[in-house]
Amino acid sequence: MDILGSLRELVLASGEHGEHAAPLAVQAVKSAGYLWLIPFFPLLGSAINAALGLRIQRRYGRKWCSHLAIGAMVASFLVAVVALVDMLGQPAERRYLVDHLWNMLTAGDVQVNLSFALDPLSMVMTLIITFVGALIHVYSQGYMADDPSYWRFFCYLNLFVFSMLLLVMGDNFVLMFFGWEGVGLCSYLLIGFWYTDLEKAKAGVKAFVTNRFGDFGFVLGLFLLFWALGGGWVTKQGVTPEHESRWALADPGYQPKAKDGTFYEADRALTPASPPATYDEVAKLGTPSGWSQGPAVAVRGGVRVGPTLSFRELRDQIAVESTGVRQRLTSMTVLGVPVLALIAILLFVGATAKSAQLPLHVWLPDAMAGPTPVSALIHAATMVTAGVYLVARLNFIYALSPAAMTVVAVTGAVTAAFAATIGFVQNDIKKVLAYSTVSQLGFMFIGVGVGAYWAGIYHLLTHAFFKACLFLGSGSVILGCHHEQDMRKMGGLKKYMPLTAKTYWYACVAIAGFPIANGFFSKDEILWKAFTAGDNLLDPAIGKAIWLLGWLTALGTSFYMWRSYYMTFTGEYRGAGHGHGTFEAPAPGHAPPAAAAAHKLLPRLATHSLGAAHAGTFDQDVAMASVQVAGAGGGHAAAHGHSDAHGHPGGPPQESPRSMTWVLITLAVGCGATVLLGLFAPLGIVPPLEHWLSPSLLPAEALVHSRLSPDAGNHGLEWLLIGASVGVAFGGWLLARAFYKDAKSAVPVRLAASYPRLHRTVFNKYYVDELYQRTVLAASMVFARACSAFDRVVVDGVVNGAAAVGRFLCNIDGAIDKHLVDGAVNLFADATLRAGKQLRRVQSGRIQHYLYAALAGALVVVGINLLLR
Amino acid sequence: MMNHLLSIIIFVPLAGAALVALLFAVPMGKKARDDAARFIALLGSAIPFAGGMYLWLAFNGAPGAPMQYSERATWIGGMGIEYFVAVDGISVSMVILSTLISFIATIGSMPWWKRKDEHHDPSHPHFSEVKVPGYMAMLLLLQTGMSGTFAAQDMFLFFVFWEVMLLPMYFLIGIWGGPRKEYAAIKFFLFTLAGSVLLLLAIIALHYQSGDAELIAKLAASNPEAHGQLVARRVLVMQDGAWGYLLGDGHFVRRTFDMVVLAKLGQAGLFDLVGPFLFGVTFAKLMWVFMFLAFAVKVPMVPFHTWLPDAHVEAPTPISVILAGILLKMGIYGMLRFNWAMLPAATVSFATPVAVFGVVNIVYAAMVCLAQRDLKKLIAYSSVSHMGFSMLGMAAMTEAGISGAVLNLFTHGLISPMLFLIVGVIYDRAHHRDIDGFGGLAKVVPEYSAVMGLAFFASLGLPGLAGFVSEFLVLNGSFRELPWHTALAATSVIVTAAYYLWTIQRMFLGSLNQKYSHLPDLNWRERFTLYPLGALVIVFGFYPNVMLSLINNDLYRLLRMMKGVA
Repeated sequence: MDILGSLRELVLASGEHGEHAAPLAVQAVKSAGYLWLIPFFPLLGSAINAALGLRIQRRYGRKWCSHLAIGAMVASFLVAVVALVDMLGQPAERRYLVDHLWNMLTAGDVQVNLSFALDPLSMVMTLIITFVGALIHVYSQGYMADDPSYWRFFCYLNLFVFSMLLLVMGDNFVLMFFGWEGVGLCSYLLIGFWYTDLEKAKAGVKAFVTNRFGDFGFVLGLFLLFWALGGGWVTKQGVTPEHESRWALADPGYQPKAKDGTFYEADRALTPASPPATYDEVAKLGTPSGWSQGPAVAVRGGVRVGPTLSFRELRDQIAVESTGVRQRLTSMTVLGVPVLALIAILLFVGATAKSAQLPLHVWLPDAMAGPTPVSALIHAATMVTAGVYLVARLNFIYALSPAAMTVVAVTGAVTAAFAATIGFVQNDIKKVLAYSTVSQLGFMFIGVGVGAYWAGIYHLLTHAFFKACLFLGSGSVILGCHHEQDMRKMGGLKKYMPLTAKTYWYACVAIAGFPIANGFFSKDEILWKAFTAGDNLLDPAIGKAIWLLGWLTALGTSFYMWRSYYMTFTGEYRGAGHGHGTFEAPAPGHAPPAAAAAHKLLPRLATHSLGAAHAGTFDQDVAMASVQVAGAGGGHAAAHGHSDAHGHPGGPPQESPRSMTWVLITLAVGCGATVLLGLFAPLGIVPPLEHWLSPSLLPAEALVHSRLSPDAGNHGLEWLLIGASVGVAFGGWLLARAFYKDAKSAVPVRLAASYPRLHRTVFNKYYVDELYQRTVLAASMVFARACSAFDRVVVDGVVNGAAAVGRFLCNIDGAIDKHLVDGAVNLFADATLRAGKQLRRVQSGRIQHYLYAALAGALVVVGINLLLR
Repeated sequence: MMNHLLSIIIFVPLAGAALVALLFAVPMGKKARDDAARFIALLGSAIPFAGGMYLWLAFNGAPGAPMQYSERATWIGGMGIEYFVAVDGISVSMVILSTLISFIATIGSMPWWKRKDEHHDPSHPHFSEVKVPGYMAMLLLLQTGMSGTFAAQDMFLFFVFWEVMLLPMYFLIGIWGGPRKEYAAIKFFLFTLAGSVLLLLAIIALHYQSGDAELIAKLAASNPEAHGQLVARRVLVMQDGAWGYLLGDGHFVRRTFDMVVLAKLGQAGLFDLVGPFLFGVTFAKLMWVFMFLAFAVKVPMVPFHTWLPDAHVEAPTPISVILAGILLKMGIYGMLRFNWAMLPAATVSFATPVAVFGVVNIVYAAMVCLAQRDLKKLIAYSSVSHMGFSMLGMAAMTEAGISGAVLNLFTHGLISPMLFLIVGVIYDRAHHRDIDGFGGLAKVVPEYSAVMGLAFFASLGLPGLAGFVSEFLVLNGSFRELPWHTALAATSVIVTAAYYLWTIQRMFLGSLNQKYSHLPDLNWRERFTLYPLGALVIVFGFYPNVMLSLINNDLYRLLRMMKGVA
């Protein structure tokens, strides 16, 4: 059968490395009308739980809430498997399933379709998300069993999976951005799940706002890309130029018969008859409604060129050389910077925020405030890898810009090393894992940054398994220890929680890079590809430097992971007797053995006393740690009376319920099984995953004819480096074993005490949070207050001032009116009155007075006559 | 009947207002009269709402579709003034929005369906129980003014409706408002009136220039093609040896108030030919500035915005809803209708300053939001910020930009009413709006918190909700023309998220402020108003074409015309 044939081809891929040369043609697609079901089920589950969850929980019992959510996940996973089978049935160059639902928006040249697409790359992501997601849903049943907001948790969790699937399955940037922000929203909701604790709520806000910084870069990169793809260049060489006559533009046709109100005649000539896409598949996909109103586009080399948001169209434009898009993009500059580098770096800013890379990593450790299954699913296995996925998805853009590749790879390498050092000294088990995640994400970015996209994705996959296993293991530990997260109060748990210990051990083997679990294969491939990056980076030497940094980080990884293992699972249990969930400053009798040992060894450090507690640098750290522990995790939960229905009153740790351990075992098995996907380049086989992903990834060699380093084929060197990798894995393990096994050694404490300032700096994460707090945040608040004051005092002041001036003028006017104008009028009236009064006397009523007056008048007239003569 | 759709939408509320007034002629008790007035108001806004929904379904947004639902009748024949209403792609969304939001606001003015334990303070009766018939009459009159403004195609008629809308608003704030209601009402009134004066001047000036024979001769000499087109399309007709225009009924007039005709004249460049006017400033530019200022007050554009926070803070909830949901849109709408369509050349030369003002609105108001403690003021300023997007998008003169600008009017018209309703909910219960005076409310009022979350996230531009689509279109459309302005404007995505999430955190998260441990959750009146808007917000998030397909083509046409002029 065809499918079996493909499977065989997939597993036994013995292809030669150079097979990439051919496929730079238009991507052939296959319509798959059922893809929408994959994200739909989680959406449905979430909607039902949102609308009815509380009622279901109260009336029928909480298990139905989780059954609903898990059922949705299983259904989604099954459809994904169907899609996988469907895809396997296609020839490699046609492995692109498309499901077009509707045209969401059309405005000018901006076209967004609600369409889902699965290619080998997003297929891998979809399987990870639905599979690991389903497992974590199952696990959460046990972990959240006593939470009063059980339904809400599963509602959010399903919503998260929906968003994540939107992110990876969206066939265009906008749909991806829907998912991108959607997972951010769910992350916000789930970090602050126990929102009555203000610290947790704040951690959620921090995560969302930090991600918005990334989004800012992301959208600008997107707009820049959109701009670079468009412009007059497209239309000039394409179909009709825009309309020549001004009147053709200005007037859509004025009807003389205005009476019926018809002013415009149909101006269909103005809408360029956009050619339907040249892909023969499009007709079958039923998209013409979306495209018929489309912008003026040109078709070159059988590809629609012009601004597009669709990944496939973008890929085709760049892949098919005869479109000229590739030449144009690589030669374009903005402000003297190659436009592609700018686009790729801006998009990468979005990735750094989502994937917690420097300098936007600060939110992830705080995000551990969320319930542990959330940390496993969102903040380890899926969401935080979205940035890696973004770079891999846009491999054909990054491959064209060595500068951007270098930025990605170097950021990854520096972040990996940086986060690993912080991991050395953390005492909160989830914090260790958080920094480990940041560090491992750095490795993934090294992979995609040096052009080894498949290796980056492979590490993403292996990381999803081992880190989920580690996080869920830590969750099991935390639950077993009654919501204690401080490793110094654990110890010896191997005895109490054997299954958890075993799975945690195996996951440590994987992440530390022992060649008996998946982590080794992915990490080693990344390091080897970095070493041989060649022209993919700006300078081949950078690749070598990255290798060195990565190699050292691998040593650190092995060390801090085994440290966490030994501190947690070996020695004697140190937690008994501690109150539930509240931290007490370590009174002398209660100090952890290591601390006690430290003080025996280093009495000189106890220079001053801190009340009843021990004094000295170490205790300050302890106190600090306690604050952080309290802020970060479930340990604080009880104090606020939420979530902790697991309120066992202390007692010995106990193994978690079966629904949880079963998931741990499955994940551990996965850590082993996924080794097969990466076997094994030095043996001369193309790893199955690389083969599988190759249709999605356009190698830089084919796009820009860059050359790998001449070492690329040197198997001897490769084996040597592999040896070095295994060496550091063992080195880190032995070191951690010596320092932390059974909590016997006092060396770590002594070291910390010898370099107190360094230790404190690292322990406090190099004070990056404080730096941001005092610069960016403080500055924006000052600016905001200034704006507000300006608005109140100046802008409104002018308005009120104008009103006051107006009133003042009116008062003057009124005064003038009253005193001058009215005064004049009154004066006149008064004068008239007064005159009248005087004149009244004349009207005496006596006839002789009148005669005198008449005589006087006559005399006057005669006199005047005489004078004028 | 459907031929008179617009008249029904416009005048049914007026008839309702008259009916409410007539209630005083009928002898009845206070309570009966109040309830009758409420019922009339509900009916009087439900009918236009149904009309608006019909318009949404029936409007033809295809390329080249004519102006629709047009009605013309000569009003003052001697002056060429007509009763002329019609909708095209630019106004249809606004007419729909105004009927929708008016209906929602009317529901929000009802004291019915509330819980027993609200508004228990008899010394401060709720606005919905004070002087009810007067309130309802004013509310209805306001609706007539709003729908009329958006539907009018005659400048004189437009101005009449514009002023009709102003008066009831003044009383609604001034009588039923909060503690500083007089100050707010007068501030609102004077600001708008000052703008109106400029608008009136410009209207009269354009009207007179349209009848200037010398000017028309000048056009014929300088641009015979345009002149010929005007004549050929019988925009301009010669009768008895004089150029003039035809009214709807065929009468000839020398000067015109017809906005469509004036747009044609403006696009032909007639007004650009008026010689230097004052100190070398051309007539067209001066008129452009007059009209722009009139509309900028309404947008409101920084620095003419301070009436808005005051008006919002004092206005009763449904009036805030109308103010933010509809009245603000008139500014942008007026700019498109008058400045953009009638004086395109001047618009092109002023495009960059408009964009700068837009960016100032966006960034400055967002920063002010960050420092607010009064919830209603915060939302008022966020409205100022969001209206800036429309200005930026219009100024960019790209298809995506202008579509986004007009879509932003609609989406903001859905989101901001939701936000103000939400403020009303908490104010009705707690009798204050101090953000820091709450805390941990999510525990007590989960449904309210969820709705508020939806509205806040819609407003901060979360993809999948309405606000994102218009912001995305505006930013995408303007980035090509004005990259730096756009980049600056895009920083608001960070600030907006910060102030909204911070507000949620302060009000809803953390430990509960015990003062509010018995706060009642949403009642049915609030659900009736909030849920339809919430549903629309989600629909627009995933299918904005439901409105874009109505408005796009006429906006493109406007844009092509502007590009042709430039």
